Amino acid sequence: MRIGRVLRDPLPWLAAALVALAAGMTSLRPLFAILFPDLQWPVYDQDSFLALLAAHVWLVAVSSGLAVVVGVAAGVFVTRPAGRDFRFLFDTLFAASQTIPPVAVLALMVPILGYDARPAVIALMLYGLLPVAQNTVAGLESVPAALTQAAHGMGMTGSQTLVHLELPLAAGAIVAGIRTCVIVNTGTATIASTAGVKTLGLPIIVGLAGGNIAYVVQGAILVGLLAVVLDFGFDRLEFLLQAGGRTRQRDGSGP
Amino acid sequence: MITFDGVSKLYGETKAVDGLSLAVQPGEMLMLIGASGSGKSTALKLANRLEDCSMGTIRLDGDDIGRMQVETLRRRMGYAIQSVGLFPHWTVARNIATVPRLLGWPRAKILDRIRELLVLVQLDPDPDRIAERFPHQLSGGQQQRVGVARALAADPDVLLMDEPFGALDPITRGVLQTELLRIHRRTGKTIMFVTHDVNEALTLGTRIALLDRGRLVQVGTPLELLTMPATAFVREFLGGDDYGLKLLAVEPVSSRVRAGEIAPGAPVAGSVSLRHALSEMVSRRTDCLAVVDGAGVPLGVVRLTDLIRA
Repeated sequence: MRIGRVLRDPLPWLAAALVALAAGMTSLRPLFAILFPDLQWPVYDQDSFLALLAAHVWLVAVSSGLAVVVGVAAGVFVTRPAGRDFRFLFDTLFAASQTIPPVAVLALMVPILGYDARPAVIALMLYGLLPVAQNTVAGLESVPAALTQAAHGMGMTGSQTLVHLELPLAAGAIVAGIRTCVIVNTGTATIASTAGVKTLGLPIIVGLAGGNIAYVVQGAILVGLLAVVLDFGFDRLEFLLQAGGRTRQRDGSGP
Repeated sequence: MITFDGVSKLYGETKAVDGLSLAVQPGEMLMLIGASGSGKSTALKLANRLEDCSMGTIRLDGDDIGRMQVETLRRRMGYAIQSVGLFPHWTVARNIATVPRLLGWPRAKILDRIRELLVLVQLDPDPDRIAERFPHQLSGGQQQRVGVARALAADPDVLLMDEPFGALDPITRGVLQTELLRIHRRTGKTIMFVTHDVNEALTLGTRIALLDRGRLVQVGTPLELLTMPATAFVREFLGGDDYGLKLLAVEPVSSRVRAGEIAPGAPVAGSVSLRHALSEMVSRRTDCLAVVDGAGVPLGVVRLTDLIRA
């Protein structure tokens, strides 16, 4: 029964498929040779797909991590009494940060910072900021005023109210924002390879430049699969957050 | 004791509370009543500084609350609002433990206190199971009992209650009013209770303070306000169209009983209101009821004519 449930869960299967495909792409050479008979090199082999996958995940993790730190902090700040006046300014800035194409950020940053991961991290962080900040604000504002007033009325300080009441109740919305940020950045990170960063976008860009559709397909399949795995992972996280209370109630015997 | 001394609260040009002077006596249940916008709720929030006074001072046991650290002040006062005030992501036990945890009580003491309170607010017979539930798993009445328990948790001297039973159905509200009276008698807390429900004020209040557009119109016992209204407004607000019934509601049967007489039929308790006695007479089609005390010992009878005696 229990084993059956584990086997039916698509998340480990998809994750395993992703790693296996990245590791074994070169062994699919005969398949790609049949699919793309005109190509001299039907499988991208200038880098290991596993290394590209790892670099891609790392870039998304760092840029999304920064977006989460900045976005949540900003979202908390503009919903505090001290920061309320900055609300409009922050809304405008974050909206603007997402309207600037990451490619343009790369083009502007590379001359300043050089050909390494930093311009890409900045571009992706800016791009992922809006959903995180917006969802943080929406989540915090959805906490009923009666609850925060009850918390204050019982003698909680502002930061105690934030930590014990507002953030836990906003957690669902914040995680949903992080999910959007991570998924969008997983796709967008491919263009970082135009600025010399190794990602799963590298075979795509090399393939586009050299007219090798097989490379594009190989990179795109892995990026797509990675996005699906991450999305399933967040789906699980959000479910756990919602079910947290119920689980605790079933397992707990004392307060 | 809480004293309001010339307290005003201004929002721009409007005075939500206007020159309020009022002494809440230790151990009393003071009802703040008035129409919407009368400033009753604002007056309550001034007491624990959810709002700050624009003018005047409020003292708690002689100390100006404006000079106290606001969190310290609030942890000395229990605070209960409509049932939405329970934290939805915490169990009943965790909700009740809010203020004791803020005060850094040891775990064992908090656990004992939770049990004690669940029994006090009669969330029996299975306090341990209730303790691990979440607010959304409770009925409205149970939630409000938890709200009262939470307000009482750190054993504050003063309890501030802002329309705590406002969202409940009439039957549950009646039950909880009786419960609150019992808890008040047992704990001797000073309670400030905001309501817009005249019957609630008459039932629960040791004294009633009637506010109108921020000003205190009259303060006194329910009987004083009904029999000696300071203005036509007081009479109109409290009496409405069943003034006579309200008069009967604030007096117990025991005060009009004829000792030594006996009457047939099921007796009523001496502690019930004359209004209840009248209702019994009408429904039983009789003009005479036997009265007993709490232990069932006959006290005498009450007759229909006794109800209209001055």
